Amino acid sequence: MATKKLMKGNEALAEAAIRSGCRFYFGYPITPQTELAEYMARYLPKAGGVFLQAESEIAAISMVYGTSAAGKRVMTSSSSPGISLKQEGISYLAGSNLPAVIVNVQRGGPGLGGIQPSQSDYWQATKGGGHGDYHLIVLAPSTVQEMADLTVLAFDLADKYRVQTMILADGTVGQMMEPVELPEPVQKEYDKPWALRGKGNGKSKFITSLSLSPEELEQWNINNFEKYRHIEETEQRAEEFLMDDAEICIVAFGISARVSRNAVIAAREKGIKAGLIRPITLYPFPKDILRRHTSHVSRFISVELNMGQMIEDIRLSTDCCRPVSLCNRTGGVIVTPEEVLAAIEGGK
Amino acid sequence: MKTTAILIAGFGGQGTLFAGKVLAVASLMKGLEVSWLPSYGPEMRGGTANCSVMISDSPIGSPIVSRPDVLLALNKPSFEKYEKVTVPGGSVFVDSSLVDVRSTRNDIGVYYTPATEMAGNVVGNAALSNIVLIGKVIKETGLFTEEEIIAAITETVPKSKQALLDANIKALRAGMDA
Repeated sequence: MATKKLMKGNEALAEAAIRSGCRFYFGYPITPQTELAEYMARYLPKAGGVFLQAESEIAAISMVYGTSAAGKRVMTSSSSPGISLKQEGISYLAGSNLPAVIVNVQRGGPGLGGIQPSQSDYWQATKGGGHGDYHLIVLAPSTVQEMADLTVLAFDLADKYRVQTMILADGTVGQMMEPVELPEPVQKEYDKPWALRGKGNGKSKFITSLSLSPEELEQWNINNFEKYRHIEETEQRAEEFLMDDAEICIVAFGISARVSRNAVIAAREKGIKAGLIRPITLYPFPKDILRRHTSHVSRFISVELNMGQMIEDIRLSTDCCRPVSLCNRTGGVIVTPEEVLAAIEGGK
Repeated sequence: MKTTAILIAGFGGQGTLFAGKVLAVASLMKGLEVSWLPSYGPEMRGGTANCSVMISDSPIGSPIVSRPDVLLALNKPSFEKYEKVTVPGGSVFVDSSLVDVRSTRNDIGVYYTPATEMAGNVVGNAALSNIVLIGKVIKETGLFTEEEIIAAITETVPKSKQALLDANIKALRAGMDA
């Protein structure tokens, strides 16, 4: 049995990236994700990789673009305000079908906001974020183990579909330590015939997001959305907890799901049939898993650290066939198990 | 074993995070589930610094300790803030060198140890008051044995500070004898 190590979420994520074959990291420090960059600065060069602290977030995401275009696994990370700065580059990555992994260890916003944990970048992460029609695959870790495991998955999905994967964590999961079993180094490599590695004897290649013909750009978007449709059909992931007979269903991700889990256990002890669906993919939203339970669930409660963002996806996924209420805190305040239990008991 | 929620609260520089890490490492070595969560922010020497440690034999839900079973209060503001939210039947460990007030609750166990003075007089390093208190905690709660904590301290003290290892062990034993 592999031995477990006590690590911070930010560090486990960084180590998992190195083990996933990521040899290029570009970033800029910001609380509460700085340990991730620190870890990369220390260990990536030892693995033969390149760590570079860019002059800005915009520079960092542009370096990601260049590295990805050369066919290499690459990652950048930041926290909320820094992720906003990266949006132009993320849109360009999407417009060029370049795989990349982007980590957002969220803090309270809007603006410079605070530095305490938040989930208020849900809309930005799942609905595009930058300009143009595109999606990121969005993964939401709730444990230090998942910070590692979902990083391996993020690199795999990015290469598999030529998309950009975002790991949407928060300050709690980034800062906390838990035992983690680190993944084995990934050996699998994807064939990237599109990568720019020098012409050699072949034909010249060109990667751009510019497309001046409306008809061509329309067709490009239609093709890209075929890909997103396929991802929506095949990549939905969620954890179900006590859902078999649940009448009240909490939907929560990341740290909110961990708090909710305590509340669900407390509700069950009181004889209330509560359960929890924890989306692991926020895009694609696990709507099939929610729909599967609408026959026995009488109401949903969205627990989130924002003013109510994921709640819209719960309503859309279930065609509003059941009432959905919101149990939330924001600004860096974390919802308590008591508050979630009160919502389950109908007090909110 | 049920879940034990431990809160270590004090000033920055008192080693609250390190004390929490020792307990977390001891839990890991024992094969228990554990989470360690620091308060983070614009904290610095002299500011507040808290550390939540959850220990359980089953997967841990929320890692945030708002109502501790075991409280280590390393300064007066921490004692005043968290003593009243300690769960009934819980235990409060106070560094009485720095906290000059007493608990009025009779539904919790309260242990007053002059940890800073003891660390200074017995060990010769007042900064080890955190480990003195850990000694008192394991003696009164039985959460860990002396050997388990020594193994965890040995694992946790950085290689560059091995000279502090013996002092830590001395501090632990002083706390156990207090």
